[in-house]
Order: sequence, then structure tokens, then C-alpha cells
Amino acid sequence: MSERIPVTVIGGYLGAGKTTLVNHLLRHAGGRRIAVLVNDFGALPIDADLVEAQDGSTISIAGGCVCCSFGSDLIAALRALAQRAPAPEHLLIEASGVALPGAIASSVSLLTRYACEGIFVLADAETVRARAADRYLGDTIERQLRDASVILLGKPDLVGPAERADTRRWLEGYASVVEVERGRVPAELVFGAAAGGAAGSGFARTPFVHPAYDSVSFQSLPPLDAQALAASLAAPAAGVLRAKGRLRGDDGAWTTLQVVGTRFETSPAAAGASDAGLVCIGLAGCLDRGAIERAIAGSTSSAALSR
Amino acid sequence: MHTIYCARRILTMNPSRPEATHVAVKDGRVLGAGALEELAGWGKHELDERFADKVLMPGLVEGHSHAMEGTFWRYVYTGFFDRMDPDGRTWPGAKSVDAVIARLREASDALKDPAAPLSGWGLDPIYFGSRRVSREDLDRVSRERPVGVLHASGHILNVNTKALELAGLLRKAVNHPGIPLGADGLPTGELKGPDPMMMASPHVGFDREVLAADELGLRYFGKLCVRKGVTTAADLANLLPQEAVAMMLRVTGESDFPARIVSLLRLQLLSGQALIDRALELRPQSTERLRLGIVKLVADGSIQGFSARLRWPGYYNGAPNGLWYVPPETLREAYRLALARGVQIHTHTNGDEATELVLDCIEEALQAHPVRDHRFTLQHCQLADAAQFRRMKALGMCVNLFPNHHFYWGDQHYAMTVGPERAERMNACATALATGVPFAIHSDAPVTPLGPLFTAWCAVNRRTASGRTLGAAERIDVATALRTITLGAAYTLKLDSEVGSIECGKRADFAVLEDDPLEIAPEKLKDVRIWGTVQGGRLFPAGHS
Ligand SMILES: [Zn+2]
Repeated sequence: MSERIPVTVIGGYLGAGKTTLVNHLLRHAGGRRIAVLVNDFGALPIDADLVEAQDGSTISIAGGCVCCSFGSDLIAALRALAQRAPAPEHLLIEASGVALPGAIASSVSLLTRYACEGIFVLADAETVRARAADRYLGDTIERQLRDASVILLGKPDLVGPAERADTRRWLEGYASVVEVERGRVPAELVFGAAAGGAAGSGFARTPFVHPAYDSVSFQSLPPLDAQALAASLAAPAAGVLRAKGRLRGDDGAWTTLQVVGTRFETSPAAAGASDAGLVCIGLAGCLDRGAIERAIAGSTSSAALSR
Repeated sequence: MHTIYCARRILTMNPSRPEATHVAVKDGRVLGAGALEELAGWGKHELDERFADKVLMPGLVEGHSHAMEGTFWRYVYTGFFDRMDPDGRTWPGAKSVDAVIARLREASDALKDPAAPLSGWGLDPIYFGSRRVSREDLDRVSRERPVGVLHASGHILNVNTKALELAGLLRKAVNHPGIPLGADGLPTGELKGPDPMMMASPHVGFDREVLAADELGLRYFGKLCVRKGVTTAADLANLLPQEAVAMMLRVTGESDFPARIVSLLRLQLLSGQALIDRALELRPQSTERLRLGIVKLVADGSIQGFSARLRWPGYYNGAPNGLWYVPPETLREAYRLALARGVQIHTHTNGDEATELVLDCIEEALQAHPVRDHRFTLQHCQLADAAQFRRMKALGMCVNLFPNHHFYWGDQHYAMTVGPERAERMNACATALATGVPFAIHSDAPVTPLGPLFTAWCAVNRRTASGRTLGAAERIDVATALRTITLGAAYTLKLDSEVGSIECGKRADFAVLEDDPLEIAPEKLKDVRIWGTVQGGRLFPAGHS
């Protein structure tokens, strides 16, 4: 079987920096073939003009219903994209400002060719709290934040330290928060670290280094239960923002593990010559290596048997 | 040389001369309406007595429909209520799941290709109690071919097992709020919402491009207009790519195309600037029977689909509030640019919160560009309260209300969606009238059947399917309802100087009726028999099969 195309949904209200983030990720794609869908949902796709598309891989899509026009472009666009040769290595879906990114992720899950790896919701440090209190938009903003695997807090430098801390605390009630300036998140946070290398090239060859983040990587892992491991890594205590792994089960079958914030996903992977491995990324000082090691130990087959 | 038609009665909607016995027609326009002696003064004429026992009204104006209604008729009608097709055949309502299945099976058996898809439409299982339609039901139609039936609301698609399989959904662990699972862990075949529906719709013959109203659909739509006495119909949301415009220009330009289509440009994939540019580029392409240049925006979803935006206290059954379809910033930008450049905008709002937001945005845009006679119109606007009607009046707006909803879903609105009090104020025609907001009423065909006289009946009687009178205080009288489905709708489309009344200089557009709508009992208004239409002076008998 062909491996599933990983998908990241990028949500957040207008002006929160979704397009800036998409452009940043495209510029730092590290040679990956990235496709971008701009989910328009009937809105003005102002963003679509700004996305610096790579060779026409940006598609604007719109939702709809029979009272306006029949059907949804999202599913049609996803189908068309999967037909492309070569298939994209990663798909970014930029949700419209009023879309619920969780609903988009649910729809992506209907197509077995895709695996939704995470929902990044951007929040503008200057405006997010006012928007969340807006009489018209408040519940939409809250639903977007609730859908997030990770919240990216933009323009943190534009508010005072007390307000910044306060907003952070409030957002942490919804998901893990990462501060980001002008969309400059490490691409590994979205795509996963170094797991996109050529098949058989080994795992985590290029270590992920970033001053604001810590990472740990493991190689030559024994057979283990990927689902159980993913669940433990997604628990807040481990401090994992992003984990990506290629793991082997007891039966010899290979699995890809994806964790983004509290969201996790495992899917069957093609067998390869490469080793079983795992890379976890978290904020500097928050990533708990001990907790991750315990999670691995607790997910090995022998641990499962003794449970 | 001109023609003078005599009629049993002519209801002109011209306030200076409300009734006449004769109407003179020349070059597709009304030379005059009055007595024969008066009209003879225009010179040599031919007296045509074919309408001597008929009643003439101005051609009816449908202010909100979709030409897609014509397209649906190539699929199998499975609705609960009787409905007339473009050829004049009335399809009796399918009153049970078994009746739906039987009708689909008959159509399936008639198809030669065993793999060809079978598509139905108009299904409304709420009338079958709590019983849901399942894939096993549709498997009784066929196990070999994919079968799909679209609900009347347009928001749910039921498919059989074969279609699920083709859609890649015949598997366990499908996890989507719009796809209910059966006891066996597999989807039941009910697909709710655009994305789940789109998984299967191409496999069951509901091709999106076809549904956008193609040439055949447009011709069928024209035929339906004739049967319903309609001579001008708004096609309320069209993406209007240039190929579609070319097709519509060609079809409506044919000498026997019987209606004037007002096609509104729907906002999609365009910036505010590009949207208004496109509207202004479309406007001069207008012809006598295809009018272009108005813009349509959609602010929220539908009440029965729980996707409309409601103000406090929200949905009666506790469902979470609906969805915004565009951000407020987008609305503001579009209104501002449209006012600045003289483009009219119609905005779909269903819930009262959507109405409130749009009123706010238009008020703001009007402060920047205090344009007179913009006639920005709220479409559906079903839940508006009296205060909102007062704001519409103050802002110079129009509204197009949706009384057909009372009949088709009024009982559900009362019991489930908005509860008794707000259900009774829905589509508050009497409030619009008392407040002085220019208003129209509509069918939103194909959501409910095209037929302004039926819509007028709904506004006059506010009767639900179960027989309840929903909001007696918001009923309007027959004369007002008739004015609303002619001049009222024409006004919202800025066509009231051309159509909507029978008077000197206006288009010779008539609805030709066998019964007098002012004489028939108000509760029978929907049963007024229609001979056909005169459109631009051309005669279109509906004929009956
Ligand atoms: Zn509509």
C-alpha cells in the first residue's frame, strides 16, 4: 500500500498570521513537496493571492450547500490532489477565518489516502482575547481554539509581559501554546523532525537544533505498541509538542506515529530498510526525557504482556 | 397594429387603475390597460378573445429561486408532497419509505445499464416519524448499481451499500459527526453535510457541475416558470463563469425561452475588489431575458440544519449555535465597495444573529457611503424581530421572506429548532408591511417548489403540514400577497419600473389564470389554476398532460 499523505490543518481568525505561517513553511520545507489547500468556505480568499505557491500546488477551495451550490470542494480537491504524480509529501490546509479546523480534520479523515497529523491554530496576542469576547465571533474563536493540537501565539512581542503571560495562561486552557514571531516556527514542529529523509537513509540523521526547543531521539527501538506510545506522548506531562516515529510492532508490521500537542495518530507504514526510531520535540525546559523513556518502556511488548 | 386582449378581469397592480377589462400589447410592451374604447384610441388593432374567461395578473416574479430546480427533474422525485414536473405531470408524494423504494425501483428497473447510478431527490423522512432511511432500504432498490437520494433540505444524502463501497466508506471506524454508524459498526448510509455527501455524490450521479444548472436544466426551469405563472425569476446564486454566462445568454436569447432570468453573482474565490469588478463587468452583458450585475453573499447556514446563527437563547433543543460562512470583515468590505460603485447586494441571513451582524455591517458601510436607493436586500431573514425590521426600514433595505417554510418545516421549527414563540414570528410579513420595509416572498426552489401563488398562500394562511396556524398575527391579506409576488419582488430586483404591474410602458408579462385569486377563498389560493403566461408579448400556454 502507498503511505498516507500527512496533512496539517492551519486555523485561526483573519489576521492571525495563517498565510505568513504557510509561506514560512513553504520556504523551509527542506525539499519536501508541499501542497497547499486554501479552504475558502465562501469567503474572500485574500490569502490565496499571497501564498507563494510552489509550481501550482496551491488550490483554493470553497464549501457550500445546495441552497447556494452543491457539495464541497474540499473532498474534490483532496481527491484530485491524491491523483497527482508524484503525490505531495505533505499537505497544508489553510482554513478560512471562520472555519472550524476540527471539522476540516474530520473530513480529511474520510479519505484513507490522508492522515491528519495536527491542527495548528494561530492566535494574535494583541486581539485574540477581544475576539473571543466579541458578541458575534466569540464562540467561533473558542471553538477554533478548542480544536487546536497546538496554539501558535503570534505577535507576542507586541504586548506587555503581564498581558502576554496572562493571555498565554488563558490559551493553555485550550492546548499547548508556542509563541511565534512572523510565522517563524521550526518547520520540524509541523512536518516532524528529520523523518522525511530518503527511504532507507536511517532515522534522525540530521539532528534538530533550535535555541527555543529541546529534542530527544531514539533509534533501534524494540518492537512496541505504537498506539499506546502515542497516547502517552500526547499526555501533557511529557511536554511533547511534536513527535514522529517509525515503529515496528510485535508482528513485524511497520507503523508511523504522529503526535502534535495532545493529538496523536498512528498509521500503517511501508516496510523499509531503516531502523525503528522516534524523535520528540518540545519547548526548551519543558520536554521531559524521563517521561518519554518511561512511555517507551511502558509500550514495549513485554510491558504489554505484564500489564 | 397592436393586439388587444380582453379578459374576465385584469388585476393590474397599478394603484392608479387597479382593474381593467382589456390590455393592449405592442412590441412586447403594454400599450395600455383599461376599457376597449379607451385602448381603441391607439389606432388599428386586433381583438384577441382567447382570455375572455380568464383572469390576468402581472407575470409573477420569483425573487429567490435557483435554476437548479430545472436540473433536479432528470432525477427521481421522492418527496412527501405532490409536485409538478416541467412537463406538467404531477408526481404524487411518496408517503412511506416503501413508497419511496417502490418509485426508485421502478426507475432502476427501467435503466438498461446495470452499473449506471440512480439518483433521487426531495426525500423528507421527517414525515416518516423517527424512522431513518438506511442503506438496507436502498439496497432493496438495487444492490448492483449505486443509488443515492438527496433530502429536500439539500443537506443530507442517503445512499445504498454499493454507493458506500464506491465512496470508500464501507468500512469500520469511520469517525465523522455527519456519518452515523449502525450496530454493525458500518455507516448506515446517511451522509450529512457537504463533505460526507461529496464522498458519495459523484458515484450516485449528482455531479456538481450538472447541478449548477446546465442548458437542459435551464430549459426545464423555463417550462416550470410557465406552469407557475412566472415571467421573471431570480437565480439567486450563480458563480457565473464566462462559459455559463455564454450558455445562459444563448438559451435565454432563443425566441421561445419563456422567462426573464435575473442571475446573481455569488461571492466565491474573489477578493472584494474582484467581486465588484466582476459584477460591473457582468452588468452590461445583460439582455432583455438575462439580467446580470447583482451580487449575492451568504452570512450563515440554515435553521433546520442548525447551521444558522441565532441570538440568545439559541436553539430550542439546545443545539450549539450555527456557523458563519464569511467573516464580518469580508461582509464589511463587500458592502463598502458595492455602495461606492453602485452595485446591489443581496445577503442570505437565516438566523437573527446573522441578520443583526449584516445590519451592523451595512449601517457602517452606509455611514461611509450614504447612498440613496441601494435596495440592499436580506434573503430569507426568517427570524428577524420587529426591532430588526425597524432597522431595515431606517437603512433603506428590502427583505425577501420565506413563508413556504411554515408549511414544510413549521412544525419542526415550533417543536425543535426555535420553539413556539419565535416560530410564530418567523417570516414576519405583517411586521414588514406595518414597518414599511419593501418586501418579497420566495420559494428558494428547489428547496421548496417554485410557485409564487403557493408562496402567497403560505403567507396568507401560515398553515403548517400538520394544520397548525403558525403565527396568525403575521398573516397578510390576499391582495397584499399578490402585490408582493409581483411588484414586491420586482422592487427588490430593481425591475419595478419594467415589470410587476400591467400599465402603459411596462413589459407585456402576464400570468394567465383560470380562477380569480381575489374571489377564491384565501385558503384555496394555492389551488388557483394557471393557464400559462404571456412574456414580453409572447404566448406560453402551459398545456396539460
Ligand atoms: Zn437560495
